[in-house]
Amino acid sequence: MSGHRVVGKPRRRVDGRAKVTGQTRFADDLQFPRTLHCKLLRSPHPHARIVSIDTSHANLAPGVHLILTGRDFPVTFGILPVSMDEEPLCRDKVRMVGDAVAAVIAATEEEAAAACELIDVAYEPLKTIADPLEALANEEPRIHDHGDHGNVHKKVALEFGDVDASLAAADHVFDDTFFYEGNTHLALEQHAAVALLDPDGRLTLHSSTQVPHYVHRQVARALEIPAHKLRVVAAPNGGGFGGKTDVFNHEIIVAKAALITGRPVRICLTREEVFLCHRGRHPVLMRLRTGVKSDGSIVAMDLETLLDGGAYGSYGVASTFYTGQLQTVTYHVPRYRFRGCRTFTNKPPCGPKRGHGTPQPRFGQEVQLDKIAIALGRDPADLRLQQLEQPGALTANYMRLGTIALKQCIEKVVEGSGWRDKWQRLPDGRGIGIACSAYLCGAGLPIYWNDLPHSGVQLKLDRSGLVTLFCGATEVGQGSDDVLAGIVAEVLGVAPHEIKLLTGDTDLTPVDLGSYSSRVTLMAGNAAIQAAERARAIIAAGVSAKLGIPEDRLVFADGRVFDAEDPAQGLSFQDAVIVAEGKHGIIGTTGSYRPAVSAAKYKGGGVGPSPSYSYSASVVEVEVDRTSGWVEVKKVWIAHDIGIALNPVLARGQVEGSVYMALGEALMEESAMRRLPARLSNALVHKFPSMLEYKSPTTMEMPEIETYLIEEPEPDGPFGAKEVGQGPLLPIMPAIANAIFDAVGVRIDEIPITPDKIFKALREQAQGRSPRVGPDSFPAIEWGEVSIVPPPSEGGDGRAINEKPRKSKVVDSGVRLAPDSPGANVGDGVKR
Amino acid sequence: MTPSINENARITLTVNGESKDVLFAPNKTLLEVLREDLCLTGTKHGCELGECGACAVLMNGRPVLSCLVLGLECDGATVETIEGLADDARLHPLQEAFADCGAAQCGYCTPGFLVTAKALLDERPSATRGEITEALSGNLCRCTGYIQIFEAVEEAAAKMDAKENE
Amino acid sequence: MMRAGRFHYVAAKSPAEAASALADGGGKAMLLAGGTDLVPNMKRRQQMPEIVVSLRQVSELRQLHIDGETTIGAGVTLADIVRDPRLRQHGALFRAAAQVATPLIRNSATIGGNLCLDTRCNYYNQNYEWRQAIDFCKKAPGPAAVAIESVVNDGDGTCWVAPSSPRCWAVSSSDSAPALIALGARVSLLSSKDGEREIPLEALFHDDGMRYMTKRPDEVLTRVTIPHDGVKSTYWKLRRRGSFDFPALGVAAALRLGTGGIVEHARIVLGAVASRPLLLSESSLLVGRTLTDDAIAEFVDATAKWAKPLDNTDFLMTWRKQVSKLFLAGVLRELRGDDVETFPLLARRASNVGEAVW
Repeated sequence: MSGHRVVGKPRRRVDGRAKVTGQTRFADDLQFPRTLHCKLLRSPHPHARIVSIDTSHANLAPGVHLILTGRDFPVTFGILPVSMDEEPLCRDKVRMVGDAVAAVIAATEEEAAAACELIDVAYEPLKTIADPLEALANEEPRIHDHGDHGNVHKKVALEFGDVDASLAAADHVFDDTFFYEGNTHLALEQHAAVALLDPDGRLTLHSSTQVPHYVHRQVARALEIPAHKLRVVAAPNGGGFGGKTDVFNHEIIVAKAALITGRPVRICLTREEVFLCHRGRHPVLMRLRTGVKSDGSIVAMDLETLLDGGAYGSYGVASTFYTGQLQTVTYHVPRYRFRGCRTFTNKPPCGPKRGHGTPQPRFGQEVQLDKIAIALGRDPADLRLQQLEQPGALTANYMRLGTIALKQCIEKVVEGSGWRDKWQRLPDGRGIGIACSAYLCGAGLPIYWNDLPHSGVQLKLDRSGLVTLFCGATEVGQGSDDVLAGIVAEVLGVAPHEIKLLTGDTDLTPVDLGSYSSRVTLMAGNAAIQAAERARAIIAAGVSAKLGIPEDRLVFADGRVFDAEDPAQGLSFQDAVIVAEGKHGIIGTTGSYRPAVSAAKYKGGGVGPSPSYSYSASVVEVEVDRTSGWVEVKKVWIAHDIGIALNPVLARGQVEGSVYMALGEALMEESAMRRLPARLSNALVHKFPSMLEYKSPTTMEMPEIETYLIEEPEPDGPFGAKEVGQGPLLPIMPAIANAIFDAVGVRIDEIPITPDKIFKALREQAQGRSPRVGPDSFPAIEWGEVSIVPPPSEGGDGRAINEKPRKSKVVDSGVRLAPDSPGANVGDGVKR
Repeated sequence: MTPSINENARITLTVNGESKDVLFAPNKTLLEVLREDLCLTGTKHGCELGECGACAVLMNGRPVLSCLVLGLECDGATVETIEGLADDARLHPLQEAFADCGAAQCGYCTPGFLVTAKALLDERPSATRGEITEALSGNLCRCTGYIQIFEAVEEAAAKMDAKENE
Repeated sequence: MMRAGRFHYVAAKSPAEAASALADGGGKAMLLAGGTDLVPNMKRRQQMPEIVVSLRQVSELRQLHIDGETTIGAGVTLADIVRDPRLRQHGALFRAAAQVATPLIRNSATIGGNLCLDTRCNYYNQNYEWRQAIDFCKKAPGPAAVAIESVVNDGDGTCWVAPSSPRCWAVSSSDSAPALIALGARVSLLSSKDGEREIPLEALFHDDGMRYMTKRPDEVLTRVTIPHDGVKSTYWKLRRRGSFDFPALGVAAALRLGTGGIVEHARIVLGAVASRPLLLSESSLLVGRTLTDDAIAEFVDATAKWAKPLDNTDFLMTWRKQVSKLFLAGVLRELRGDDVETFPLLARRASNVGEAVW
């Protein structure tokens, strides 16, 4: 964008110096005098009743100050109000290996660990449920007494138009099943927390969390203390990727222990414990039926998903909806049916990982499109280009789209990769594949019902010339702080590094819902613009009065405020602030952001709407070794529709980091479980809970990546910006699968794509059988009544015609409140 | 010399150019001694089993995993951590380049990468991309996809080379 | 933070001192060299020595001599082996050393330590709490047992790899052992009681996951000696990633070819498919032959039976078995002079050590 001095320019991130000097203080780096250390005793049983817990020996162990058990925590918790099924320490039963049953707080971590072993817990083992098929087949024993029935946590069924009629009328119907194994975030930093009492006796909890606001609410609730008596500070996260967006039992436990002992209490999970906390990608079995015309245009899509939720609810209800709700925002899908089912199993709970619930069906959709193209003799790139969804469209399931630059993305990667010369033309063993994707720029609704702003920013300007920004947003590595500083710097004409940031502190900063759903840039960014524009207006009024220059002629740039027509006339930024402070009084402004109300009024319509969507297209070139099935990604071309890159260095890093994480998921990472032979053991454990055996790609696995940032400003984004943290992960897995097909003609309809699977498919191929590895079938699930929602094109109003009307819980204004006077409460969808 | 199992160990080592006497529980590794007994929390831990590279430090000039070195083994050793990389207030060229090139996202693996890269450039000032990739293959990063890290090492090498030739 | 248990620490100054400390320890002492195997094992409580005998100050073990033979002190680090150009003549050793773990680990890990590497298994290389959840395994059966090198309980626990088997199937995971066996290396063992003895390296190992070494608990492995007998050698490694990972298969080969490409001497060794490196006796079948495609195929057919991978490492075991055939053929093709660059992808990868610095 022309005229910007900060936005769009590559620059060092504002927290860069702290990170390269080791001065960034992560949660486990915080040291306080007299700190006590907490260790959790965890269940070795996957499913068992707790008969008794005897802590008498442990109480006498050296260094022990306090032992807590489930009896000390009467209140359950959980990130979603609909499934608050977690106990800080299990009271009556354990639901997975690793469920915590007791906490020891001792003078040293070593003593706490030793005392844990002196706690005697008697268990009565229960039958275990290891996977969704077992969960469907076994109503008893129930892992939880909530949920739809038996071990089914949640079933959802939505239909937008008569899908069966469209499929019957389609020229072709493609029917595929896919499986996507679970995987985990593997942030380098293990979760850590320390709680202590302030000098005034108030409780403070420092934690490696992406969601301090939600932690604040839940910890206060779980400890039954007023929220204003608790301060939650999000330490900079050593990577999150969604793994720190839940509230965790250890956060509640150390908070409680600090209240009781009056001393700082810390905990840092071991790597194995992090694997047990998990909340990673759900394993999903999918069946996708798509009806197309003879040219491959989609007439209807019917998707069924079966999720392995693990032992707790977590974000699971949202995850379940996410396995369906974004299938319509990329290509035009006139009619759509989505049915999803999440089951409980005795395994670490799944939740949101980068792309939350959408990579799995995206994989299915994009691989199936490749099959459609091959079957119909079409170029897969053209097949996609011919049916892209339109900017501003309202989809069949009532997602209101913003800008869409996917056409440019596809064209860019097709051109850059030499697609037209390579597809179906590379020598045997070499192949190229394409896939596209879309993602949210922030969830349209918070996780608990309220109509308050999703993001707030406060600015304080004082006579030193310093601008201090306060915001609840959380730096998890993605550059949250830098986005905020860059935006304010642009508006006020100062350098980003001159802005002091205070973020993620529930005592000091206005609420931001957290670093999840790719929401910070758009939401906190818009709030920051509003706050900064209000500050600029105050300063402009002061400078205008002082220098007699009309306000609308004042330029804020390069640390000065000056006359656009005579740049020599002006003041330094500091002098301008002083002048304005003299006229206005102390300068403090706020900005708020709340997304517009969604058009999706049906139950479940709260998941999927977003102020805008980002789009990505990728081409991947692979080499496949026919003798072994080994596959190597040679190069990745990826174009991302980012709106505007606020800081291109960071934007590129998000794209490349997404590609990296996707390569791991596609080829080697899996959260596999191991069940021992039933006649010998009841064990059900994580197969590889270690950094060594959970295969995160190293420097040696990285292919060359060609990144294209496609800039078409999104009117609802700050300076036109959209998200970049999650979307670019999504097209990589299917693009790899499609490239493998192009290379050797085998279909691996399953993630991860490991060499043994390719080898097996190659053998099938050599023997003249179907050269495919993947699931054979999708189980028959009793879906119950489907919510019938006529799509917009068929006269629908966003409501289900067979659903009882709900009480409206949200202010149904649908109106964007214009920013008015400084300090105004809510200003949705800030306009500039 | 041989402390009993419950007696604290005492060693003298040089950390970032300063001689330190340190008293610590004898089963601690260098990682724990640095973080817990010397308050040098810049050195990180991601697994404590030698499987991630986050805890790398330079020991007698070589990059090693501090989680696998017993503190008792460090008597008389010279150890350099991330806190010692800058020359007073002047950042090391690698630090400048990492900050500028997007090589640090969350920053958690960054100290380990920086000390490893320093050891590489100390030994091979004009390391090739292949050598950089290989030398850093024991450091995991989940954020960046490594490419901006490679570029940062190359930029630092170029700047150090230019300075050498001034 | 994972922490090691408590132990007594003895810093030996000489190999003799180390041997005497081991003898005094009566089976409760273990040697600490680079620490890259023992320290994580102590943190996971797979091995819990009461006495740790450190070799760090034993400079004698860090010596390297090359004259008629190559003699490498047990304390020489793998990084030193990688960076010493004189050792490149022992291709298999260089390739193996350069592919061990990571550069950071190779800076600490020693050749002696890699030879004595504890056998590994998916059910054993886990935290104490994890092993508790499976009710432990044969190699480290239960909380009371002190699992120390060569001091193991008999009969207790189940081997989850093969539950009906009376033995432990943990797998030999050393890269350097198969390479050095192929090279005909010998190792020297020193004890206070019997002084020094030298044995062929292949005789150091037992085919038993628990008692995997013939080295007695009171012996110190002091050096490894490689003859200079004009062989060409190589080592191929199968691992998921290009760094970090232990071998899921290793194949080492050393050949001497005479005029006309006639094989005069051959030693081929399989690693990571059994509890010890397997020196293939069929190697001798190659002697007197030229390495035609047919000869290689016959050799692979005759030896593939030895690779019986179990579900105790990374990768599907049936697939590993297939790869063992590819690797057996591949190492021979490489040594007869085929251009590795023309090999299939996995073969190129398995034989490539990149631009190893350390």
